[in-house]
Order: sequence, then C-alpha cells, then structure tokens
Amino acid sequence: MNDSRTLAETPRRSRKLNEDGTELLELSLGPQHPSTHGVFRMNAVLDGETIVALQPVFGYLHRNHEQLAEGMSYLASMPYTDRLDYFCSLSNNWAYALSVEQLAGLEVPERAQYLRVILAELTRLQNHTVYLGFLLGDMGAWGSVLMYGFKQRDAVLDLFESLTGARMMCDYMRFGGCRCDLPRGWPEEARKVVDEYPGFIDEMEQLLVENEILRARTMGVGALPGERLVNGGVTGPMLRAAGVSYDLRKVDRYGIYDRFDFRVPLGRRGDVYDRLMVRILEMRESLKILDQALRGLPGGPVLDPKAKLRNFKPPAGEAYARVEAPKGELGFYLISDQSTQPYRYRVRPPSFVNLTLLEEMCIGAKIADVMVVLGSIDIVLGEVDR
Amino acid sequence: MIDLDFVIERIRTEQHLLAARVSTWTNAGPSGQNALVVEQEFAVDLALFLRDDPELRLDYCSNVTGIDWPGGSAKASAMGQDGDIDRRPEDAHLEVVYHLYSVALRHGPLILRLRTADRAEKARLPSLSSVWKSAELQEREVYDLYGIAFERHPDLRRILLWDEFEGHPMRKDYEMPDEAPASTASIEEGAAP
Repeated sequence: MNDSRTLAETPRRSRKLNEDGTELLELSLGPQHPSTHGVFRMNAVLDGETIVALQPVFGYLHRNHEQLAEGMSYLASMPYTDRLDYFCSLSNNWAYALSVEQLAGLEVPERAQYLRVILAELTRLQNHTVYLGFLLGDMGAWGSVLMYGFKQRDAVLDLFESLTGARMMCDYMRFGGCRCDLPRGWPEEARKVVDEYPGFIDEMEQLLVENEILRARTMGVGALPGERLVNGGVTGPMLRAAGVSYDLRKVDRYGIYDRFDFRVPLGRRGDVYDRLMVRILEMRESLKILDQALRGLPGGPVLDPKAKLRNFKPPAGEAYARVEAPKGELGFYLISDQSTQPYRYRVRPPSFVNLTLLEEMCIGAKIADVMVVLGSIDIVLGEVDR
Repeated sequence: MIDLDFVIERIRTEQHLLAARVSTWTNAGPSGQNALVVEQEFAVDLALFLRDDPELRLDYCSNVTGIDWPGGSAKASAMGQDGDIDRRPEDAHLEVVYHLYSVALRHGPLILRLRTADRAEKARLPSLSSVWKSAELQEREVYDLYGIAFERHPDLRRILLWDEFEGHPMRKDYEMPDEAPASTASIEEGAAP
C-alpha cells in the first residue's frame, strides 16, 4: 500500500512487476464523473481490474464553512447549514438548533417538537428515495429508477415548499422551535403523501430486490465487519446494515423520539445489498413515525417565547449535540464566549467520516464495484468538503 | 455523559497509567459537558485503555476537532478552566478535542482534550488514529486547518486545501491574502490606456 502512494514518482523500470510481467495501473476517477455524486476524486491503483489501493481526494467543494460561521451571528449560520447536505436541509437545521439549544439551555415547545420529527422523517423518506435512484444509476440503470424516485420525492418537496417557501434550502428551524406554523391544510396534505408512500415503496421493492442483475452487483460487495465499522466511525444505515444496532433516535432519544413506536432495521452481512435493504425498511419505519406524529400533533406555539433571535448571546461554555441524519450521525460542536458569534463552530459530517473506510471496502474488488460501493455510502459533497 | 470521577478512578486501577496526569475541565455552560484533560505523553496509552476497559469500552470516536487559543484575549479568559495541569487561559496554545462514545454500552460522550505546548507552526501532538481509525481523516483536517502535526499519523497531508497552500486558515490570527486592499496606484497615476 505504501508503494502505491509513491507510484507516480517511482521510476518505471523499478516498479514492481507481477509474476506474468504486467504492471500496476494508476487511475484517477473523478472529479468529473457521473457516479462520484459531485466533485469527488479517487486515485485507484489497479492490478488488471482489481483494486490494490485507493485514495480519496477531497476539497474540490471546500469553502471553509466553519470559518464563515465563526465570523457571523449564530442565527446567520442557519441558512448555511442547508447547504451542507443539500438533500436534507431540515435534518441539518435540527442538528444545529439542537446544539445551540444545549449551549444556551433553551426549551422547545411541544408543537415544534412534533413538527421537527415530522419534517426530519419526511427528509429521511425523500433522501432514501433518491438514494435508490442514484445507487441504481451507479450500476448502469441510469435514469429510470432515479426519475421514479424524483417524481415521488417531489410530493415531499411540495410539502416543504408550502411550509417553508423553499424546496431544498428550507432554513426552517430556529433556536427554541421553528420559524412559522403550518399553513392551513398542511397536515391533510402530509397525510395524503404518507398514505401514498407505501405503494411506491412496494413497487420499488418489487422491481428491485429480486432483480438478478442487482443482486449480482450488490451481494457480497464492500462488506466489512461491524466492529471495524465502529472503529472507523461509520454511522447510520451503513453501520446498521452490518448488524450493529446503533440509531441515535433510540440511543440519545433526542427531541421526542422516545414517544414513538418504531423499530431499527438491521442487516446481517453489511454488503451493498444489505445497505440498500436497510434503507428501504427504514423508509417504512419512518412512515410509522409520521403516522403517529401526524395523529398526535398538538396545538400551541412553535417557538419558545424566551428565545431571542436578535443579539442572541449564549452563556460561556460548549456543547456537542448530534442527530440521526439520513446519512448517519450529524453533530455540531459549539463554543460560546458570550459574544454574538460562536468562538468555535464545528460540523461533524456523516458523509465525510463514512469515507474513512472507503479504501478497505474497495481493496480486492473490481473497478466496476468501486462506484457501487461509493454509491452505497451515500455521500453529498457539500457536507464532505464543507 | 459519563461521570468523570468514575473514569479517573478506572484509570487509577491500571498499573501502567499510574503516572498519567489527567485532570478535569469544567464546562461553565448549561450543557454540562465536562472534559478530561490529558497530558500528551500518556495520550495513546490512555486512549487504548479507554477503548478496551470492560467498564468503559469507548469503542467509537465520533468527533475530532481543533481549537485555537491565541492567549491573552478576553475570549479565552471567558472560558472557565481548572485542574492540576496549570495552564492559564492567557497561555497561547492549540487544543484538540475528541468526543468518545460507546456503541457497545451505549454511553457517552467522554470528551478528551489534548493541548499543545505553544502555537508554533507544526505544534506537535500524538495521533490517536491507531486507536480509533475514525480519527484519521479528521486529524488530517485538523492538521490542514490548524497546523497541528500529529506524530505517528499514517498519512499526514493536507486534506481540504491544496498541497501548496500556505498557512492554516482556522487559526484566529490567519489573514486572508486577498484581504489587503488592491492597489489602485496605476489608475490614480493616470496610466495610459
């Protein structure tokens, strides 16, 4: 592995040859590649078609989000969190709001807690829906599955738009609650979407999970044991596909997740197929939560009246808070020095940390499997590079 | 939150860690997330113990990040600090914070703080990526943005910025090269078009 790092500098003649006299090939995948999900590059070293070493290259979308946030007020960073994982702006909002609420000791009213759960689960639904499409795209089923997914996702985005005014950059949550209350008729519209969704999942499942090509491309690909994934910091559906039961909604019970009845789907082998199946099952569990939350939605205010939006100065101290975002553990670490701007603002992005073990998942696999493994991790570069 | 007194008690039961100097750092804010300050020479042994001890089993290192304390400023002194490692807030240093959890026992976080001796370019700290693989990319990020050189890190290179980049932009005294106003001399002198 160390050889491969310096392969470019090694003189041709001294390069290690295989027994049959063939040479290793260094191949750069990306940053312009339809399957890298953005501007992500991998330097792969190939022996024939087999991966010998693989190094991710980051930073093409880096804008030093953390430094920007340390130069502006707490509230002004909220719209920027939308741009981290731009598929799941509402989960990002929640993670940031939760962290500031711990930092300042703010309470969240009951109705806002329910709204947060409803929006976070809708976000998970639409994220996993397009995930299926992108993953199948990576396997060569380009377009159709993705468009089916996008069509279904649009129903959820319509809900976001009617509530927040934006389809993707929602900027909806505030410290101590949410920005505004639901428009008239929203719960009924949401109910319609929730009632329609199982039909879509059934159809997807029927088309995909028994498909022979899909099974051949995903089963046994990219598997690592659960202990290794824990040590590598892999979280979310990736970790649960390997049979490790660690869902922050159950472990931390942040918000009001302890009130809902749902299960944590687990895989067994931890290969790409299990990752896909865990996400399909998670969608069904999300629907269960949504059903309960929409039924139990109480009245009342959506923002803590004590919460200050202007000139907001949390007491000195620090806080780390994390949520179960659709891609894994999303955490925010904040230090306050009693001024209007955070002294330290750190995002712990699931997509970035989940890439730690990318090389280990790919070594020994074929070059065509790399894209499938990368697709199964579900990364968004806005969050990886920050 | 894990009770820090319990953690220190566990550490004291371990023969080879008797010499390790650890102290607690009290968080003044309402979150109550206190931390353990670790002297760098014992950091790797201590991290291994925290990971493998059957009562703690902190097998998952969630978050690794750097903090810059330029010293002397009102900002640094606003943070309450105590403990037997006497490093007053006005002492300039860099700090790396590890947030540890246990997936097996479902507790956490335990927060570790490691402090550099000064704010020199390439200030040194031991790498904990041999204990928790998840620290590898995150320590590279700290190296990139804060300029802390992690000893025995397997692959210490810049990660988000390009290799030729100079300086470490998350340090509080970093100045962006384009912050200096552009020179208008040639226009003011009425240079010929």
